[in-house]
Amino acid sequence: MTDQNMNAIERLATVKEERMKAKLGKRYAKEKRFRAYGVASIVIGLCFLAMLLGTIFTAGWSTFYATEIRLTVTYDADAIGVSDLNDESQLMFADWGALVKNAMKERFPYVSGRSDRRAMYSLVSSVAEYDLKDRLEANPELLGTTEEVWLMADDEIDALMKGQVDMSVPENERRISDLQNSLVESLIESGELKKSFNTTFFTNGDSREPEQAGIRGAMLGSFFTLLVTLALSFPIGVAAAIYLEEFAPKNRLTEIIEVNINNLAAVPSIVFGLLGLAVFINVFHLPRSAPVVGGLVLTLMTLPTIIISSRSAIKAVPPSIREAALGLGASKVQMVMHHVLPLAMPGMLTGTIIGMAQALGETAPLLMIGMVAFIADIPSGPLDSATVLPVQIFLWSDLPERAFVAKTSGAIMVLLGFLAAMNLLAVYLRKKFETRW
Amino acid sequence: MTSSSLLLLLILIAAISYFFGRKRSEVVAQSVGGVRYLHSLPNYYGLMAAVWAGIPGFVVLSLWVMFESTVIQGIVASSFPDSLKALSESQTNLLWSEINNLRSGVITNASDPALLTAAEQLTALEDRSSILKTILTLGLAGLTGAIGWKLIRPAQKARNQFEAFFRILLMLSSLIAIFTTVGIVFSVLFESVRFFREVPFFDFIFGTKWSPQIAVTADVPGSSGAFGAVPLFVGTLLIAFIALLIAVPIGLMSAVYLVEYASSKVRNVVKPLLEVLAGIPTVVYGFFAALTMAPQLKNFFEGIGVNGVSSESALAAGLVMGIMIIPFVSSLADDVISAVPNSLRDGSYGLGATRSETIKQVVFPAALPGIVGGILLAASRAIGETMIVVMAAGLAANLTANPLEAVTTVTVQIATLLVGDQEFDSAKTLSAFALGLMLFFTTLMLNVVALAVVKRFREQYD
Repeated sequence: MTDQNMNAIERLATVKEERMKAKLGKRYAKEKRFRAYGVASIVIGLCFLAMLLGTIFTAGWSTFYATEIRLTVTYDADAIGVSDLNDESQLMFADWGALVKNAMKERFPYVSGRSDRRAMYSLVSSVAEYDLKDRLEANPELLGTTEEVWLMADDEIDALMKGQVDMSVPENERRISDLQNSLVESLIESGELKKSFNTTFFTNGDSREPEQAGIRGAMLGSFFTLLVTLALSFPIGVAAAIYLEEFAPKNRLTEIIEVNINNLAAVPSIVFGLLGLAVFINVFHLPRSAPVVGGLVLTLMTLPTIIISSRSAIKAVPPSIREAALGLGASKVQMVMHHVLPLAMPGMLTGTIIGMAQALGETAPLLMIGMVAFIADIPSGPLDSATVLPVQIFLWSDLPERAFVAKTSGAIMVLLGFLAAMNLLAVYLRKKFETRW
Repeated sequence: MTSSSLLLLLILIAAISYFFGRKRSEVVAQSVGGVRYLHSLPNYYGLMAAVWAGIPGFVVLSLWVMFESTVIQGIVASSFPDSLKALSESQTNLLWSEINNLRSGVITNASDPALLTAAEQLTALEDRSSILKTILTLGLAGLTGAIGWKLIRPAQKARNQFEAFFRILLMLSSLIAIFTTVGIVFSVLFESVRFFREVPFFDFIFGTKWSPQIAVTADVPGSSGAFGAVPLFVGTLLIAFIALLIAVPIGLMSAVYLVEYASSKVRNVVKPLLEVLAGIPTVVYGFFAALTMAPQLKNFFEGIGVNGVSSESALAAGLVMGIMIIPFVSSLADDVISAVPNSLRDGSYGLGATRSETIKQVVFPAALPGIVGGILLAASRAIGETMIVVMAAGLAANLTANPLEAVTTVTVQIATLLVGDQEFDSAKTLSAFALGLMLFFTTLMLNVVALAVVKRFREQYD
């Protein structure tokens, strides 16, 4: 009887142990699975990042190189129809295109027929003649002489050189004819076609011709906008943070201000655009599309970021320093200005740079205040009409020409470069000046 | 004199006053026996002198600049003949642009002789305003500068006065946050009220047809425009929902892994990398969504035999938006999960639980309020996001829940209605402000709730 009982108990124990082992195995498997989910989600997140940057970099890289064609240009006064380069009335009707056309005709004397000739002319960018015009106007003594110049190739030729054109499809389905292709090949053979660093991209304003479009206008627009933003938001943000941390009495008003700042930080940026449109443009009649207005709107948008980070920088200064200053007879303002502010400055600067980086990448509110206009001129001050880098990206991304996809990606690369530099500067500042008390 | 040169001049005057105020305090100190018998350091006398000389002039100048054009336009408009006064707002705007063109010489023939006189009057008034501005600003600066100069004597409490002024300056800076909120509320509210006068509030909130285009002639169908915002709300929520569907699991699980499993080495590398996603401008995401994601999704779905996939599908926009808010969810979740005290974890381990069991049954419930708050904040982000949807979502207002079709969102409509030239008396333009009002209050509510939830969670473990 007891023997049987023992057996039963033993059997029960073994069964239990087996069950437990089985269950434990399941629990460990679950644990492993859970861990794998974590790894997987991180990998997915990083994959997205790699995919995003990868597509943009592969598409944008080619923008930094441009194709140029060497032509022997004769500055023939008769062909242009200008005898005196200082005569405005003659310049207005001058035929600058003839220079390029004659040079092309000379290079390829065997091309004849209207349509073939036209195909030949279109190898060179349609705006290249204005480069010649500028060159001639700067050096009037060139009139009547002959020289070799590198002219910008058309964007279709540029695409061909970058291997973006599939020449295997039937001729009537591609933008480059067999004739053009053969001309390009003969140019390559004789070394009259080269790829060079695309300076135009960094020196020109916007243009409808992809090969002539550059980001200088947008970069300067961004610069002026950020200048206004920085000049306003840094002093105001720091002052507000000092007030809230050091001077504000604990009352209703202070509480409202604090809640307000936290909420403003999460208001969608487009709403700030509505504010800018309704207040700065419709009430105060400030100029549309001007970096000043953009700067004002972005100031209101970045203020919460700067105030919040400045406040935490002030909070990090230990009270012992304040007490020491007060103990030596400093007034409260002196204590703040002479001791707390210098110690909190690195943290405040870090926050400001991050706020500026946000402002640099912001697009939506600037659409509202008219910074989306097509502006080919390069702005020379914060009151001129301008656009900014992200808005330029937005504008280019809408254009149908294939070359603009590369341009857009190139502009994005420049923008990301600036953002990376700003953020690295912030990290460096934080590392260098961070003090642990 | 232009306003900017006046401003520079004022700064110069203030700098000179500082210098002479300082000097004067040292001079007056001689009579009482030296600088040490002054109430404050000479520096503060100089600063007070600069404040007296610079600030009143600056205030007058900025007020003048702010209201100059409005007042001048008002004066010119009041002298219009009655035929011009009776015109509608958009026609009046045309008049103004014609007047400006007349003045700049772009056109020389006016459609109405009254406009020529108006242009002349405008020029004359602006000249007079400029002279008056210069005299007033500089005169005031001189006058108050003299007062400040007179006030300097050994007993003047220059430091206390300057510090009081400084504190007021600080307080005004912090009030700008309130002014901004008030400005936002009033600017959207004011125009929205005008909109709701034309379109009834309930038609806007519950209407299911959105076509804000108003035809020029009345006999074209749909000429009156339809302002039912339900398709926009549905579209916004659909895209935001897809975004959260991507971002919440990925963000949450990455945060869990980084806090609970990863070594500090891995954490230090992966966390900043994930946060790079948050630093990329939204216009870049938009470009990616429109040019890469949308065509690929279309190809993919057509490859598995699903036809009729829009190239502006809600899925593409939502997916990319989801990628954008991953770091947002993960860093918020990271914070709240790290804030759960270790004693809870240790207790759970002590009872024999595995790590994942501890996370699922102890850490998650404890961190839940914070996580929910974070998700709400992410949702408000997704609802208010503009550039991705402007570039990747459609314009047509379809009332659908199918993520493969094109939908439009509130932010897309605001952006498209307000980009370019607008006239401020049409329901079409004003509807953008009504949408802005909706957007502002929705996100505000989400934020208030989320911040309150997170705050209560924090207090629980502090």
